[in-house]
Amino acid sequence: MPRLGEPAPQFEAVTTHGTLKLEDFKGSWLILFSHPADFTPVCTTEFIGFAQIHEQLREMNCELMGLSIDSVYSHIAWARNVEEKLGQKLTFPIIADLNKEVATKYGMVMPGESKTETSRCVFVIDDKQIVRAMVYYPLSTGRNMDEMLRLIQALQATDKHGVATPANWRPGDKVIVPPPNTQEMAEERVKEKDVECKDWYFCKRDLE
Amino acid sequence: MACVNPDGTVSESARALLKIVENPLTPEEISEQVGQPSFKVRSSLREMSQAELVIEEEGKFTITEKGKEKI
Repeated sequence: MPRLGEPAPQFEAVTTHGTLKLEDFKGSWLILFSHPADFTPVCTTEFIGFAQIHEQLREMNCELMGLSIDSVYSHIAWARNVEEKLGQKLTFPIIADLNKEVATKYGMVMPGESKTETSRCVFVIDDKQIVRAMVYYPLSTGRNMDEMLRLIQALQATDKHGVATPANWRPGDKVIVPPPNTQEMAEERVKEKDVECKDWYFCKRDLE
Repeated sequence: MACVNPDGTVSESARALLKIVENPLTPEEISEQVGQPSFKVRSSLREMSQAELVIEEEGKFTITEKGKEKI
């Protein structure tokens, strides 16, 4: 099972873009996500949503890759159907995980929900192939694409500026300054001019 | 979207890669030149290496004589 802050489990898989290895994505961020099945309505809305944010993600050096326990021919047929009937080209690879190898490595099957389908799991893997976030949604509930974008923006802001981000943070909002860990630093922190402190441990500042 | 078909023919995107590796290039350099994402370039180069259409030396890829026959 993947854990936050640890290397993402490596794999090689058949996809709609040929055989891919996770290591092929080194140097890029990656959102690896699973869906229950092709030709199902909630998944179709999600795939359209993911495809619609793909370009924005690429601008953030982030790629997308889907996965379900379906054949590559099913994926190809579904992708063609989505483009033909709904006008959205699916521009990212989709893993055909018929033997559940990747799904098992990543804990994507939730037997309490379904023994034969992957739930709506999201793994954010950074450019060094470290697992940075995991999100799990049930079969019944489609994911929020704004949150996918926001999550990548927040993680990249953390890496770039060494800060944390508060609830509902959006680019342009103030960020959290990591709390001081000595009494001396706490005293200095509350005197700093470019930070806005509610108390010594709770300070925010603008980025840049 | 495999780049080398079972009958030995290559896809259009694979031909585009082969055409620019007359001189040794890294996957990142190839990605920039052909406008394909790095993951796809790496995957295609792996497949074309197995088919002996390109050869890797010190992280850079160059077309082989067999590869030249495909473009």
